[in-house]
Amino acid sequence: MDRRGFLKTSSLASGYFLIPGFLKPLENLSPGGIQKNIVVIQFSGGNDWLNTIVPFKNDLYYKKRPKLGLKEDKLILLEKDLAFNNSLAVLKQFYDSGEMAIVNNVGYPNPDRSHFRSMDIWHTASGSSEFLHTGWLGRYLDNECKNAYEGIEVDNYLSLALKGKKLNGLAVKNISQLHQELKVPYFNDIAEAAKNDVLNEDNQGYLYKTLLETTSGVDYIYEKNKIVTNTFEYPNSELGKQLKDIANFIVSGISTKVYYVSLTGFDTHAAQLDKQNNLLEQYAKAVSAFIVNLKGLNKWDDTVVFTFSEFGRRVEENASGGTDHGTAGNVFLFGKNLKKKGIVNELPNLEDLDDGDLKYRVDFRSIYKNILQDWLQADANKIISAEVNPFKVL
Amino acid sequence: MSTPLGQIFHIYSRLGFGISYAKAKLLSQKSLNEIINGLIVTSTTGTYLTEISKEDIMLKKDAMESGMSMKDYQKLLKDKLEQLNTSWIKKLLNTENVLLEKQTLFWHNHFACRVRHPYLMQELNNIHRKFAFSSFRDLLVEVSKSPAMLIYLNNQQNKKAHPNENFARELMELFTLGRGNYTEQDVQEVARAFTGWGFNKEDSTFEFKEKQHDDGEKTIFTRKGNFGGEDVINMIMSNKQTAYFITKKMYKFYVNENVNEERVKQLADFYYQNQYNTGALVKKIFTSPWFYDAENMGCNIKSPIDYLIGLSRQFSIKFANYDILFKLQRVLGQQLFYPPNVAGWPGGKTFIDSTTLVLRMKLPSQILNNGNVEIPDKIDDPDDQKKEDILLNKKFGTEVNWGIILEENKSLDLDKLMKVYLLKTPSPKVLEKIKSDPSLGIKEMILKIVSLPEYNLA
Repeated sequence: MDRRGFLKTSSLASGYFLIPGFLKPLENLSPGGIQKNIVVIQFSGGNDWLNTIVPFKNDLYYKKRPKLGLKEDKLILLEKDLAFNNSLAVLKQFYDSGEMAIVNNVGYPNPDRSHFRSMDIWHTASGSSEFLHTGWLGRYLDNECKNAYEGIEVDNYLSLALKGKKLNGLAVKNISQLHQELKVPYFNDIAEAAKNDVLNEDNQGYLYKTLLETTSGVDYIYEKNKIVTNTFEYPNSELGKQLKDIANFIVSGISTKVYYVSLTGFDTHAAQLDKQNNLLEQYAKAVSAFIVNLKGLNKWDDTVVFTFSEFGRRVEENASGGTDHGTAGNVFLFGKNLKKKGIVNELPNLEDLDDGDLKYRVDFRSIYKNILQDWLQADANKIISAEVNPFKVL
Repeated sequence: MSTPLGQIFHIYSRLGFGISYAKAKLLSQKSLNEIINGLIVTSTTGTYLTEISKEDIMLKKDAMESGMSMKDYQKLLKDKLEQLNTSWIKKLLNTENVLLEKQTLFWHNHFACRVRHPYLMQELNNIHRKFAFSSFRDLLVEVSKSPAMLIYLNNQQNKKAHPNENFARELMELFTLGRGNYTEQDVQEVARAFTGWGFNKEDSTFEFKEKQHDDGEKTIFTRKGNFGGEDVINMIMSNKQTAYFITKKMYKFYVNENVNEERVKQLADFYYQNQYNTGALVKKIFTSPWFYDAENMGCNIKSPIDYLIGLSRQFSIKFANYDILFKLQRVLGQQLFYPPNVAGWPGGKTFIDSTTLVLRMKLPSQILNNGNVEIPDKIDDPDDQKKEDILLNKKFGTEVNWGIILEENKSLDLDKLMKVYLLKTPSPKVLEKIKSDPSLGIKEMILKIVSLPEYNLA
């Protein structure tokens, strides 16, 4: 987009011209040039991917799911005999423009069907019999970043994914409120005083370091963010609000590389259809608004959206109109310049199952490596110990 | 004979959950040995958790037959598990046997287990308490036979025709030897030795299912034999590495997260020679002069349980509703009976991030000032179908008798109060800042002190 076009689109939100950081964006750039960021959207509870990206040409799908199987009138056809659950309708535009990649059969060896354990595995990028105490994005912060605020989770509490050994990300559900809450003069006084003392590597030093990172990080985000006015309309859902916050953070010019947000409720053991469709629709509408908003702000080129869940669900439906915990599933990536677009690999094989569950073909850690190495320009092997090659979508 | 107050605060922060100034002053008349013996004697006996009775919870199949819906059954399990949590919290708040509960917390974390059935979780917890200070071998055998652990690590499914390696692996990796001290072949063969270890669902007791047991020859730790489960446990116990592994973990828990290898090796030898008598090891640790070295004081981070129970006990806080403590455990990152995985809570620094630290620094003044606590709710239960997206500011009634606290501490100045409430002195500049307001009353001084980052050090 040329400068005139840019001016035209951004005039919708005239406030932007008042932001000093936005006018001199160079100060926050990584050495490689433009600063890239990743937005992770987590589906909590284990999404039923087979009813999300539907193998509608496969008879086995309907045979195993007499009640839940989605017929063609509830689908939006894609290529390779797959179709969107039509709750995802608004995402079709990005699929068509080559800005969406759908990876099939993503999982890991010896899958664990417990929510907690499997989520830990995805968060820490561990093997299934290995217990790590730091998250993959936390280790990214440790290795590649200097400040806690370079990883932000839009939530009240921080996920293990963003916990490092030296640095933890910041949980920021509502920046104004958090800023207000931290305005305890006493806390600021002792944080300021501690600045002038030598902070040791011991636990006492660690506590003060965390306090300082929190107060200064929240101040920084707040100050940068308060002059942003974004009039773009998002759907009135929690995820819509969270993604709007992220869009505002991005445009405020803060040097955050990782944004994280969760959508809960995917544990659909009973009466799945409406529940899942509602969640998928919420997701699709919020993501669509986010992408369109960022495009208008000329920030879409620097952003990738990644979506995953801790596992998929069983191929066969259960007796309560739901599905039980399974194994492999899909991940989605959205971005401007994807190396691979659309459906990027083979369809799920519903015949060759492992105890009723799909076998994984792509190790999720190979996608993490791709994100870290090819998008965030990090040394992926220092962050992910699994010996897998990057799965090159980005 | 008398004991310095500083040592008493240190002992009680590690062996218990803190102590008030008045009690510490009384104890200081005694010798260190008397104090430690007193703690050990009161902790040799204790009472079990009895909140959940076997009759409270039907077996799943009976519940279904009685016409109960699956949803209601799951809600029953969930509610009872929360009750179980609260019953332990109440015990932690009120018990005189602090050391026994502390050691039970250690085993609760070491043998971390998370199953939905509250009665079985309670039974496992009582095993941890019953064998807290006896032989580690006996404890290990009982834990391995407990229905909760048999379910959690899939040993019910460990059968001759289809061995399941889950229990075998964790037994060696997390419970006894540690990674790198066994081979993958050992895992497979140990799994075979434990085939047939299951439980009777009708009465929830251990049952050796002979037909499912593989009694063939196995090669374990390079030895050949027709080993069974207890043989394996005996072999693991005869390996000194087990003594080292447990001792190191206890040292980190009770003494210092930064391990002094030389000392741990000496303690491990002692533990091994004393047939894994945990009580003897604990006593050895607390009677060693180095336990009172400055480098071992105030060096560890309080776990959320240490923090919450310590604060509550120190100020004799009365809770109108224990729900607040259940929620606080969750948001601070350690909810009893809900460990993150079989490896337990990693502890130390992992409990601290920007959110939890700020919460810890704000809670004392909230609770102690007006009895109201505001915490943003956290919904992370995958069984909850809907996400509450509003910030829930829950107000719960708590009561603190400031009259008593002020009376107890009336003779103390800021420096002395800091010695009472903190195990570690703030750095010079911070100290200067705190002292810059000379007009503070005792209450304000106490609130400032317990809101410091240092209050989170044990």
